Amino acid sequence: MPELSVLVFLPAVAAAAILLLPKPMEQNAKWVALAAASAMLALSVQMFFAFDLDGEGYQFVERHEWVDIGQFNLQYFLGVDGLSMPLVLLTTCLTVASVLVSFSVTVRPRAYFACLMLLASSVVGVFVALDFLLFFLFWELELFPMFLLIAVWGSGRKEYSATKFVLYTIAGSAFMLVGILVLAFNAGTFDIEVLGQTEFSNTLIPLGWVFFFLFIGFAVKLPIVPLHTWLPDAHGDAPTAVSVMLAGVLLKMGGYGIIRMCVTMMPDVAADWDIWFAAIGAISVLYGAFITLRQTDVKRLIAYSSVSHMGLVLLGIGALGDTGLTGAAYQMLAHGLITGMLFFMVGLMYERTHPRETSRLGGLARQMPLITTGMVFAGFGSLGLPAMAGFIAEVTVFLGAFERFEWAVLASIVGVVLSAGYVLWMLQRVVFGPVKHEWDGVTDAHHWWEHTVVVGLVALVILLGVYPAIMMDMLEPAIDSIMVRVES
Amino acid sequence: MNGIDLVGPQFAVLATAGIVLLVDGLMPQQRRYLPIIALLGLAVSALWTLSWAGRGDYQEAFGGTLALDKYAVFFYFLFAGITATVVLASIDWVNREGRGQGEYYALLLTTCGGLMFLSAARDLITIFLALELSSIPQYILAGWGKDKKSSEAGLKYLLLGAIASALLLYGMALLYGLTGTTMLTEISASLEATGEQYRSLLVLSAVLLIAGFGFKMAVVPFQMWVPDVYQGAPTPVAAFLSVGSKAAAFAVVTRIFFEALGAEFLSDDWSMIFAIIAAVSMTLGNLMAVVQTDIKRMLGYSSVAQAGTFMIGLAAISVTGDEFTLGGSGVLLFTASYAFTNLGAFVAIIAISQKIDSDQIKDYAGMWKRSPLLALGLAFCLVSLTGIPPTAGFWAKLYIFNAGVRADLLWLVIVGVLNSVISGYYYLSVARQMFLGEAEDGKSFSTSPSIAVALGATTLGVLIFGIIPMPLISAAENAVEALRTVS
Repeated sequence: MPELSVLVFLPAVAAAAILLLPKPMEQNAKWVALAAASAMLALSVQMFFAFDLDGEGYQFVERHEWVDIGQFNLQYFLGVDGLSMPLVLLTTCLTVASVLVSFSVTVRPRAYFACLMLLASSVVGVFVALDFLLFFLFWELELFPMFLLIAVWGSGRKEYSATKFVLYTIAGSAFMLVGILVLAFNAGTFDIEVLGQTEFSNTLIPLGWVFFFLFIGFAVKLPIVPLHTWLPDAHGDAPTAVSVMLAGVLLKMGGYGIIRMCVTMMPDVAADWDIWFAAIGAISVLYGAFITLRQTDVKRLIAYSSVSHMGLVLLGIGALGDTGLTGAAYQMLAHGLITGMLFFMVGLMYERTHPRETSRLGGLARQMPLITTGMVFAGFGSLGLPAMAGFIAEVTVFLGAFERFEWAVLASIVGVVLSAGYVLWMLQRVVFGPVKHEWDGVTDAHHWWEHTVVVGLVALVILLGVYPAIMMDMLEPAIDSIMVRVES
Repeated sequence: MNGIDLVGPQFAVLATAGIVLLVDGLMPQQRRYLPIIALLGLAVSALWTLSWAGRGDYQEAFGGTLALDKYAVFFYFLFAGITATVVLASIDWVNREGRGQGEYYALLLTTCGGLMFLSAARDLITIFLALELSSIPQYILAGWGKDKKSSEAGLKYLLLGAIASALLLYGMALLYGLTGTTMLTEISASLEATGEQYRSLLVLSAVLLIAGFGFKMAVVPFQMWVPDVYQGAPTPVAAFLSVGSKAAAFAVVTRIFFEALGAEFLSDDWSMIFAIIAAVSMTLGNLMAVVQTDIKRMLGYSSVAQAGTFMIGLAAISVTGDEFTLGGSGVLLFTASYAFTNLGAFVAIIAISQKIDSDQIKDYAGMWKRSPLLALGLAFCLVSLTGIPPTAGFWAKLYIFNAGVRADLLWLVIVGVLNSVISGYYYLSVARQMFLGEAEDGKSFSTSPSIAVALGATTLGVLIFGIIPMPLISAAENAVEALRTVS
């Protein structure tokens, strides 16, 4: 069975099916979406266990000729390795979560769920595409549903934020496309596997520039300071499910791209620039943390904390070693689950109370104990409490980077300390403190779908925190093969 | 192939033009069937072309003045498709206008016949005749509307068109004087033998030819008529002008410059001329399009910019080696994808402007809520014009940029890429207006079936060729291969 094609196109088909629902049945769109998302999850879990941990290279490969232009072939080439498989699984988990979160959406539900499904389709596509142009197609395709999701179903300055998000990404991907084309012209192929083994020389523009172009494209997505300013706007104004997807998987596309493309294809340049990676990473961690401390809007607060956390990914990559890269990959998974969960809890709260300014909230632990518990849990995950996924990731990154960039690690540790500050302070302002009677009537999480997501995410965060081997065993062989290339 | 079979596709179209006129004159109460007759005629023409292609019997006809090759077949299909879409898009407008229905469709069909001749012509005199056959009906069509603006458009188009024809004739006369023949292949042979001594005169005649056809292609500096005529002419006619005559001009220029003026000592010169025109057209067209507030004027300027992008392919034609195929087939691919896309955009605009009686971009605000299908179709076509995947426009741009890079025109490709970014700004701002703007008059409206079919067919084409571009790419490559082999 072509598992990966099914994984990519099932949600797209579901999107079409949802759009074709007659108007009287439009409230059933969510069920179609849930069915598709669950099927994706089931399929990816099955693939996860069928994945051969000792296997070399890519698995579940599908390869067909697609377009033949001039001297190079484009292929429909899909496959996963130990790096992308966990990210695919993360995507399917969070897709189910975001469909469930959206059960309360009643405005234009058909268009909404169709966009959500299209988003899932394109993100999975990004992680499994092994033809660089196909990768780019999926990368761009994701913008369309994201733009609509934020601009139509968002809140606040939603159009401004959606446009900003799209403009930043398009500007980055214009650079990226130039980089892709230069590499492809040089190697005569778009095949990511081949490009990852080619020694480039005599490129149309110097290889350092190519690297920089690709890096810009990915770094906007990650995001790094100073290319991060779209993130708080997009997060602040996006509906909950979209925040979950954005923080949970879309940012990971950037980290994945840097590891898979920049580092693997041009390891020499990466080695020359590693100190910059570490520096930008540390700056992102610190700057992100400081800015987070100042935020009064809960969603923007979490958004800025993402900048800080994704800085760790870059730091881990900059270490250019087994441990550092593994840590970076693990941090992507951990952050996806934990921050996804934080946005989910804030979304539940927002749905019931509406203001997001910390000054208007407070004492909600009394009115909504379950949501509070979830939020405290996710908050602890975010500040890196041991036994949760984030702790493992942070420690691995620090171990990997310490030897080479002691200063960057020390700076980042300050950032982690600050994260305890902003998380606890946020919890104190929002859920603890004196009870506000303004919120007396609000309900706690009481729908089955809300419970499902909370329980599921808690279980995953703890699983990755106490039994990291389940992912590490998969990540390590993939990272090793990248390291073979880097060290040679 | 012999007898009438040689000009079958044109014959079908032109005979249908006659039938349409007869039906219009003799059975006025049956007028509502006129567009159907026109469509049937176009279908017969396409089937006729298909049967040629099926027989694989390619040859020259009428003493070598027409080349019935895959190249011609490619354009026969394209023109039949373009005309059919325009007929579909015109029905509402013509019914509303109420007068001269038969003449309108007959003129459209005549133009189509002329365009087909143009793409097959291999002799300077035939080329000129075919050009006039396709142009004169278009002058009339541009002035078809009742208002002053339309008359102005018709007159402007006629006067400037006459000047262009004069320049073209002058260039052809020079070429004839230097070589003593009007047949493209013989011109080529004569140039190879003795042409080098007249190089400067040959360059002059190339410049005159480019000027004459540049008017039809609407490239800078021959673009002055474009915005006024697009704005003034009835919208279906503007749609036709923007794709039909442009495609034919590129078809014939590609053929002339390869088959007649391909001599090595000359090709560098005209390649440079094309490259410069391409760069200037893209840049000026896009910059002017950015500031437009009328969507038809905007599309007018954008079509100038698009023509500049086509021209990268012409500049990339260097006769030796594989690159020729890339540049030439790039032009064909871009022509086809542009035709689908621009027609789709125009069809949507026709439908919208009939309902809201305005061509101002600001009046497109909130179109998504008023007519979701039109808004989606238009937005999709604009995305394709920008060159964003998954659309036909993306592959066309990629292909033509690839051709440019292979032909050592990296600077031109960089100009092209930067221009794509500029064009994205104004194309997508229309889309933004439609999806996010608030309509003053929020009434939703429906679309007539003919418009829906036209829009559906074009956008579906853009999407399908955006996902599976290979059939179109191979058709374009085969067509250009034919230029090399049949001689």
